[in-house]
Amino acid sequence: MTLMTKFLGAVAATALSAGAALAEPALIFDLGGKFDKSFNEAAYNGAQKWADETGGTYREIELQSEAQREQALRRFADAGLNPIITMGFAMADPLTAVAPDYPDTKFVAIDVTWLDAPNIRQIGFAEHEGSFLVGMLAGMKSESGTVGFIGGMDIPLIRHFGCGFAQGAKAANPDVKIVANMTGTTPAAWNDPVKGSELTTAQISQGADVVFAAAGGTGVGVLQTAADQDILAIGVDSNQNHLHPGKVLTSMLKRVDVAVYDALKAGTEVETGVFTLGLAEDGVGYALDENNASLISDEMKTAVDAARAQIIAGDLTVASYYENDSCPALDF
Amino acid sequence: MDMYLTLLQLLDSTVRLATPLLLACLAGLYSERAGIFDIGLEGKMLAAAFFSAAIAAITGNVWVGLMAGIGASLVLSAIHGIASITFRGNQLISGVAINFLAAGLTVLIAQAWFKQGGRTPSLIGNGRFEPITLPFAEALQGVPILGPLYYELISGHSILVYVAFAAVPFTWWLLFRTRFGLRLRAVGENPAAVDTAGVSVVGLRFAAVGICGILCGIAGAYLSTALQAGFVKDMSAGRGFIALAALIFAKWRPWHALYATLLFGLFGALETRPDIIEQLIGMKVQGQLLAALPYVMTVIILAGFVGKAIPPRAGGEPYVKER
Repeated sequence: MTLMTKFLGAVAATALSAGAALAEPALIFDLGGKFDKSFNEAAYNGAQKWADETGGTYREIELQSEAQREQALRRFADAGLNPIITMGFAMADPLTAVAPDYPDTKFVAIDVTWLDAPNIRQIGFAEHEGSFLVGMLAGMKSESGTVGFIGGMDIPLIRHFGCGFAQGAKAANPDVKIVANMTGTTPAAWNDPVKGSELTTAQISQGADVVFAAAGGTGVGVLQTAADQDILAIGVDSNQNHLHPGKVLTSMLKRVDVAVYDALKAGTEVETGVFTLGLAEDGVGYALDENNASLISDEMKTAVDAARAQIIAGDLTVASYYENDSCPALDF
Repeated sequence: MDMYLTLLQLLDSTVRLATPLLLACLAGLYSERAGIFDIGLEGKMLAAAFFSAAIAAITGNVWVGLMAGIGASLVLSAIHGIASITFRGNQLISGVAINFLAAGLTVLIAQAWFKQGGRTPSLIGNGRFEPITLPFAEALQGVPILGPLYYELISGHSILVYVAFAAVPFTWWLLFRTRFGLRLRAVGENPAAVDTAGVSVVGLRFAAVGICGILCGIAGAYLSTALQAGFVKDMSAGRGFIALAALIFAKWRPWHALYATLLFGLFGALETRPDIIEQLIGMKVQGQLLAALPYVMTVIILAGFVGKAIPPRAGGEPYVKER
């Protein structure tokens, strides 16, 4: 009997170690979908880059509903996938429930920074710093002195974007008027381009001539209407400059792709803890390519790069919505 | 004058937001007046939005796209009809199934065809319904009050908007002034009587569901090819359900459907202009409150506070011939 137990134990151990060696990483996309041209797509690009470089494979799922969050996470953990990368703030609760049950599995949570668990790598981005830079560009570019902000679902993260943007616009032009709208309060707000268009039209009639969309799929409508009505828009997360060349002033980059790529590269050895990627780590920034080169003058570029250097050096602090639960530059 | 222009812009936005609701609401009206509940309006709009954008993107002709959108919506209507009329299944379950089917299939097919992750390429040129400027709109712009009204509000919409508004009197005429309309309403109230008179209940109900499909098809095409320049997953964003609420609010009557959807459209437009409300009443109103208003009002109506909303009597009941 003891021999049998030992034997079984040995078999189990071998199976486990074999499993660990073969561990495949996994990626859980948020409700916006893998190809949202924005947040999730950035993660996909990062993972694809890793796969192309190393020949590795990874498992993935696009969540379709709130109810699938914990289910998908548990399934992947059960299947021995490691590390498991999750996208979006809404994965915080499922992670709290699942992560302690799988102490040997490493989790990587993008946009979650407040959990207390030893096996989660939590990655936050200093979105307010990146938004500050595009806000400056908007403030300098605007001829009407009015800039707009269109958020997706009304959550602290999106207010965080808006707050940084407003501070940047005010830094560039203290008299600037900022019009801010949120698309909605449910996840449907991430995929309502019609409402995005309507909000853009409303902001244009209030005088806005540069509009920043931090709204996932809704932003597609914002960019479209801005291009149709001949004003400028600012994209978010991924580089969206190419969607309407010459009509997108710039994009606030959130280098989710880099974060995902790094996590996949480190594999099961990925370092856990809380990490915030800001301007200094190149975790956020603004996009400059051939599609918007003519829109951004040397003067603007110099001013923004100077601000960037100041923020990195700590001479300039951008107030965070998270820390204050309110914004000094914008009243939501 | 400035305030007047702002008001016109607000109403302009109201018209744009109300149009898809109006088309879907009229679609539901035909179906429910004939005794077939249809909560699949959302799914049909979504499928039509996808197919019209997809075919318009491929052919570069928005009219072909519109036909494809209507076709897709009709196919879903036929499924609903076969399930709930021919096989006498539960109409609500069939409607829910259509919503799920449309939500999944559109993204799946979009990914297979365009490889852009469940969206269609951006439509350009003839692939879109452009706003049309009505005759004399520019010339009359200088006329006080009426000039801007004509130019800003009445002119400058896509053709589908005018189709939607024309559908209201047409629906009234069809339902209340023709033999077909009388029979259609009768089949929703008392199908046995219609059957006794020797008129096909099944045929009438299929006709109603078919008209419903056509109108939903136009509504979907309006979303993706007139308001937007392409399809994005789940882009109908619950408009089919708001249209159902509007239908109850309108108590299943065409003109009232117009008023209800315009009212809901106005709430939507006001939600995008919190500054106007702040100016008018002097305090900040949360956009969420306005977004919830259509539902709140429907509940009030249903609770019987403002008149009584009585649905067609045979609604939701499959017709079984007595033997």
